[in-house]
Amino acid sequence: MTQHEGPRTTGPSANNQATRHVDEAIVLTVAELSQLHIDTGDIHRCVQEMTQVLALVEQMRDVDTTDVEPMSHPFDTRQTLRADEVTEADQRASFQAIAPETSAGFYLVPRVVE
Amino acid sequence: MTELHTKPISEMLQDLDNKVYSSVELTNHYLDRIAQFDPALNSYITVLGESALARAALMDKARQQGTHGPLAGIPIAHKDIICSGRTSAGSKMLDNFIAPYDATLVEQLEKAGAVILGKTNMDEFAMGSSNENSYYGAVHNPWDNDRVPGGSSGGSAAAVAAGLCAAATGTDTGGSIRQPASFCGITGLKPTYGRVSRWGVIAYASSLDQAGPMAQTAEDAALMLQSMAGHDPRDSTSSDLLVPNYLAKLTQSVKGHRIGLCQEYMEEGLDEATRAAVLSAASTLESLGAVISDVSLPTTTQAIPAYYIIAPAECSANLSRYDGVRFGHRCDKPQSIEDLYKRSRSEGLGREVKSRIMVGAFALSAGYYDAYYRKAQQIRRLISQDFARAFEQVDYILGPTTPSPAFAIGEKVDDQVAMYLQDIYTIAVNLAGLPAISLPAGFSQGLPVGMQLIGRHMDESGLLNLGHQFQQTTDWHRQRPQLV
Repeated sequence: MTQHEGPRTTGPSANNQATRHVDEAIVLTVAELSQLHIDTGDIHRCVQEMTQVLALVEQMRDVDTTDVEPMSHPFDTRQTLRADEVTEADQRASFQAIAPETSAGFYLVPRVVE
Repeated sequence: MTELHTKPISEMLQDLDNKVYSSVELTNHYLDRIAQFDPALNSYITVLGESALARAALMDKARQQGTHGPLAGIPIAHKDIICSGRTSAGSKMLDNFIAPYDATLVEQLEKAGAVILGKTNMDEFAMGSSNENSYYGAVHNPWDNDRVPGGSSGGSAAAVAAGLCAAATGTDTGGSIRQPASFCGITGLKPTYGRVSRWGVIAYASSLDQAGPMAQTAEDAALMLQSMAGHDPRDSTSSDLLVPNYLAKLTQSVKGHRIGLCQEYMEEGLDEATRAAVLSAASTLESLGAVISDVSLPTTTQAIPAYYIIAPAECSANLSRYDGVRFGHRCDKPQSIEDLYKRSRSEGLGREVKSRIMVGAFALSAGYYDAYYRKAQQIRRLISQDFARAFEQVDYILGPTTPSPAFAIGEKVDDQVAMYLQDIYTIAVNLAGLPAISLPAGFSQGLPVGMQLIGRHMDESGLLNLGHQFQQTTDWHRQRPQLV
């Protein structure tokens, strides 16, 4: 999992010192990172929800994890590999059949460059 | 025909062989029951009556010709997170999504001859423990329609319990097969991570997600798993270990099996009748020759905190694909690319899903990564080591599946953390990638209670064997709800 550019200014400077305090600015920054729009009326609820969830996960601080290797996958074994060969047929037409808007084999989005 | 749906799959297969009834008759029986009872339960999002009957006719012919698979003509349902035809994942985002391919496990069950009755309701993108987070409305527990069936595979659990399919598939990221199985009084198996292909299973948290069978009995779960399990070159996390013959081991004695009663799972906070049911199950297993002792999983209390960082982190990455460009919901008249992304996602995704995406983005953001994400991964290691130590002393770990029986619809909907705590006994298993089974073990307040058995990596056959032997001497799995 890679890091996002986050709300660095309110973040802690060292490990295991994350702030417990969630405010509107953090919620709005995280919403921006997540490409989500939050209605003004919902911001307070989001602050409360995130505060509660983070209070729950703060329990992790009670555990001494010095020198414990992080585990990102249930098995430490190798992933299975396969030959580097093309096995899938071209399915562009069927994939684009369920797209909101396409043209000449392309997905259409609003103009990005004026 | 009236009680056909109460038969286990093993009996149905014999009946089909003996021409007591045909798959078309069996399928019609289920479709009639769905029409009669599902309006009150809401366990299906899509019913595939026409294609199911056509397929049943084909399977009847195949059986006549002797060219049929092991599940030929058995009507089952798929959780709607598993790609096959219209697949919504319980979300408005995918309300219009028609999967351009079938999941590997769908192909495998089709090859085995199963008839697909439809797609079952679920918490949106498998995020929830009550099935109240579905765009298609809450599912009702067949034992008490005012209660939840559990989640996220609540539709599958309710449909099996109510006799609206012979068995169903589910997925389990933190307990989503076992908790609803427990709430609805059925058998649910979460296989070892990598045992069943995830190809075509819409991703929530990729290092935790695993599909498995939900059925009336351990034997039926074995029949289903036999066809679902196996290596898939299209899923690089799929295991290439050979699939054993699960059915062959079912009848073996469990004499001498060492079963550890997890002390941390029996502590305060556990419903008294559930505790009594688990202790009684331990005695039953002991009478079958198993050796019961106590076992400790000291880091288990940290499983929920670690999970609610790891799963949201993975979900925030996985669900970034829903942007309104290639498939799924697109907002009306987007003004810019950013407006397209934001409004499509905000309109298409539900409240709990958005909340988890945001927590995940927070945990992965600079300044918080080490304190949250890395810390959670370290705790994941400790939890996994707890299990490894326990499995030096015992072969299986026993405990309750859930802290209490099914709760009322609406009871926890505004208390996110209370909802999260529902998975206190199930989540550690996913973090460690282990297999675990929930089996009906009694009743509390007239509602079913489940017990959980956890096994070593890839020991599904041991769990199914224990489950089958337990079900040979108990009849909890034969209890049926009175439908209204």
